[in-house]
Amino acid sequence: MIKREGEIRIPSGCAICGFINKSGKKVSGDVIVKSISYMHDRSNGLGGGFAGYGIYPEYKDLYAFHIFFEDLNARVETERFLEKYFDIVNLSRIPVKKVKSITDSPLIWRYFVEPISTKLAASQLDEKEYVVQKVLKINSDIKGAYVFSSGKNMGVFKAVGFPEDIGEFYRLEEYEGYMWTAHGRYPTNTPGWWGGAHPFALLDHTIVHNGEISSYDANRRFVEMFGYVCTLLTDTEVITYIFDYLTRRQNLSYTDVANIIAAPFWEHIERMEPNQREKFKFFRNTFSSLLITGPFSILVGFEGGLMALNDRLKLRSMVAAEKDDTLYVASEECAIRAICPDVDKIWSPKGGEPIIATLYEKEGASICR
Amino acid sequence: MNEEWCLGCHLCEYFCAFVNSGEKYMPKAFALNRQNVPNITVEEGDRINFAVNCRQCDEPLCKKGCITGAISVKDGVVTIDTEKCVGCFTCILSCPYGAVVPNKEGKAAKKCELCISNGGIPACVTNCPNRAIVLEEVY
Amino acid sequence: MPINYIYPEYEIIRDKNKCIKCKVCVRQCSNEAHTYDEELDCLYEHNERCVNCHRCVALCPTRALKIVKTDHTFRENYNFTGELINEIYRQAESGGVLLSSMGNPKPFPVYWDKLLINASQVTNPSIDPLREPMETKVFLGKKVSKVEFDENGEVITKGYPNLELSMPILFSAMSYGSISKNAHEALARAAQELGIYYNTGEGGLHKDFYKYGKNTIVQVASGRFGVHKGYLEAGAAIEIKMGQGAKPGIGGHLPGEKIGEDISATRMIPQGTDAISPAPHHDIYSIEDLRQLVYSLKEATNYEKPVIVKIAAVHNVAAIASGIARSGADIIAIDGFRGGTGAAPTRIRDNVGIPIELALAAVDQRLREEGIRNEVSIVIAGSIRNSADIVKAVALGADAVYIGTAALLAIGCHLCRDCQSGKCNWGIATQREDLVKRLNPDIAYKRLVNLLTAWNHEIMEMMGGMGINSIEALRGNRLMLRGVGLNEKELEIFGIKHAGE
Repeated sequence: MIKREGEIRIPSGCAICGFINKSGKKVSGDVIVKSISYMHDRSNGLGGGFAGYGIYPEYKDLYAFHIFFEDLNARVETERFLEKYFDIVNLSRIPVKKVKSITDSPLIWRYFVEPISTKLAASQLDEKEYVVQKVLKINSDIKGAYVFSSGKNMGVFKAVGFPEDIGEFYRLEEYEGYMWTAHGRYPTNTPGWWGGAHPFALLDHTIVHNGEISSYDANRRFVEMFGYVCTLLTDTEVITYIFDYLTRRQNLSYTDVANIIAAPFWEHIERMEPNQREKFKFFRNTFSSLLITGPFSILVGFEGGLMALNDRLKLRSMVAAEKDDTLYVASEECAIRAICPDVDKIWSPKGGEPIIATLYEKEGASICR
Repeated sequence: MNEEWCLGCHLCEYFCAFVNSGEKYMPKAFALNRQNVPNITVEEGDRINFAVNCRQCDEPLCKKGCITGAISVKDGVVTIDTEKCVGCFTCILSCPYGAVVPNKEGKAAKKCELCISNGGIPACVTNCPNRAIVLEEVY
Repeated sequence: MPINYIYPEYEIIRDKNKCIKCKVCVRQCSNEAHTYDEELDCLYEHNERCVNCHRCVALCPTRALKIVKTDHTFRENYNFTGELINEIYRQAESGGVLLSSMGNPKPFPVYWDKLLINASQVTNPSIDPLREPMETKVFLGKKVSKVEFDENGEVITKGYPNLELSMPILFSAMSYGSISKNAHEALARAAQELGIYYNTGEGGLHKDFYKYGKNTIVQVASGRFGVHKGYLEAGAAIEIKMGQGAKPGIGGHLPGEKIGEDISATRMIPQGTDAISPAPHHDIYSIEDLRQLVYSLKEATNYEKPVIVKIAAVHNVAAIASGIARSGADIIAIDGFRGGTGAAPTRIRDNVGIPIELALAAVDQRLREEGIRNEVSIVIAGSIRNSADIVKAVALGADAVYIGTAALLAIGCHLCRDCQSGKCNWGIATQREDLVKRLNPDIAYKRLVNLLTAWNHEIMEMMGGMGINSIEALRGNRLMLRGVGLNEKELEIFGIKHAGE
């Protein structure tokens, strides 16, 4: 029997792309679908997905849970669990369109929830930690249920298939967001499971990733010390947890995170100014188990911003471009040109050098600190 | 020569005699002729051992005493021209270190010439197991 | 004449055609296994004195010597082997405890050889260390668990004292006394040149070696030999030795005849007295006592040096390590049952303790389960034989490894396992002046540097093959390992899959 994600580690190559409009102007989801479709050959129809930010303005203060259920039992059990810990303000099936190439769809539901205040207080946890723990609990303990999106005013849409078909399936043209990311997957064997597709998300963090990290188990076994449970055994999952750990729990900035996971080489650090050198040395030593090696190019979406990062040797392609208020990033230039033919500037970011863009309204306000 | 590391194993003597014997196979060199005389001698003390060979003096007494001019200093190495040597052994008597000896025929003197004719690096240096004998240029 | 029950184990074979009677064998054998008869111009072999150390073989200029195992035999017996029979004869004669040296030689499984390393193919690229940076720098010590910032976003947390190593290798504790001064000097100089550390062992620090302090780990063992303020301050880290893999549960004994002037001064004990390290530290009868010693040492050194606690790998090692991690130790050193020794009771060396591979896997996993893996670094010891063992150890979860036996081999040891006699022909495990001088530190330190430089290159090559360009990404990366010929339980303890899975 073929094993699915979580039972076996499946390496894969990928296509990624994304953009953010820094002035906050909303863009319809079909734009990102068009962009990723130009990199059709980088995926093989075995997984893809999208993340949109700013898509639920009417419920922007509620956690939007997108959940796959394999059967009705899973849904009943999950809803019982949710009711115990959250006020469910709204629930519905996520509207989809029948697409010929997308088959074996699980039940796909969306819940807008907020933690029950008394339960939250009793837990002595901060709100985000409370939500994270419940999400991880559902994913690891309720058979057949999988929360694949759990942030506020954002959502992930993913499936097994080619990304452009998945976009059509989820009717992305009906959503508008200031930021979108997309992923097309090329796994080396056949995962039959929708949960294994990307983006991977935890709270408002979403990650799309192209690569195969060689540090996987070192990273996994480290973050698992802090309550994270890697159920999918994918790179993206562990990278998401690393981001969550470093930004939310350690309160580090996205730049610092980049300097930890794609740390400069020691010979480079030795040449830095003393202050800088001490800081980098401190970070590399303190978070040595979070260094990510092997090829990766990732797009990290978070509330109000986007970060693009390559591994420190730049073993995967990644191109960035700017046009007016929009930053574009993609595995290949064609994906950017497809939706923005006349860019102001286009370049190939260096390995380990993060590109971070945030909404103008968020600028100056400290991110995660 | 660093006496701190000399073990008194005498291997230098045997390798010296071997390379100067003209034989290619060490057992043969010693089987044929038990009269091999090395140009280096290990002096054994109570705790200190010391391998002695020619000091390659700047103004060698052996040269001064040589009656036929057979001894000369070339590039810092004191050499004996066996063609000119008549075997008077004045040099042997005059060397304060006992570093000059009769050759095996007993008709001429011989001494350490730093293996110049044996390929450069002295055999006692290469074969010392504890790097007690080293070759250093003295300026 | 009494009956001599024991036939020599080894025979010296001399090729009379090759022998030139240079007598180097006679001069070099401290056991007097070769003698020369002037009258007959003849060399004799005394097989009963030969310990098979190869000194004569290595120095024989014509390669006329070899040592072979005797084919003299008892009647075949799978149960009572010749070795066992001889041991009984020896004990029946002496009434004493059997002593042995170096590590456990018995045919227990060597798990390193049942673990295989991964490499990249197609889906991600391998990295060529000759073309790309490849990092093996390691820090040992406690890590900060929560980073604090000031109002400007600058980090204000100070890190804990850590040791910085250019490669994940240290020289194990070997005391001055168990090994010679020249051997110590070779280790110290090699550690300095390589940017790593050597360990004084429990014999104190010779006054000539304080200058290598930055690369020295000073040990505090149960005998407390040579421990004083200046000693503690001299080292880069302090190691509390609770146990040793070769002899868990027992102490040490350096016989009085080895305590000469220098050793007496270094150990701070009178000349000629036996140096006896008690089995336990008599101020540590439980874990809370350990905590007190850890903090006493930290207090004494102004909290500037990491404290290592070294234990032998015993059955309950994971729980013990967890206790140590909570006792203020910065580094835990675990010594497996194959670890070397200058002398140990044979039965203990060969039967007490567990393999380091299993101990490491269990400790690393336990500390992670308890969320305290970052509180301590793990250094393992107990028979690391080559660079592949190191790669496997790091992948299982070790931060670094101690090497002892391998380091001694590099400087001439031939593993004859007769250290306890004090007559080491290679100048290592001896204090006899004429033997000590056989080890020229100029040569020996360079050989150590060569060995570790070579190993580091090999580690880099293997890492590059896996697509890993920094050693920290290998640490605990058990996905990079597969087992061969291991049962379910063993795979479970290692936390790895079987090859083919």
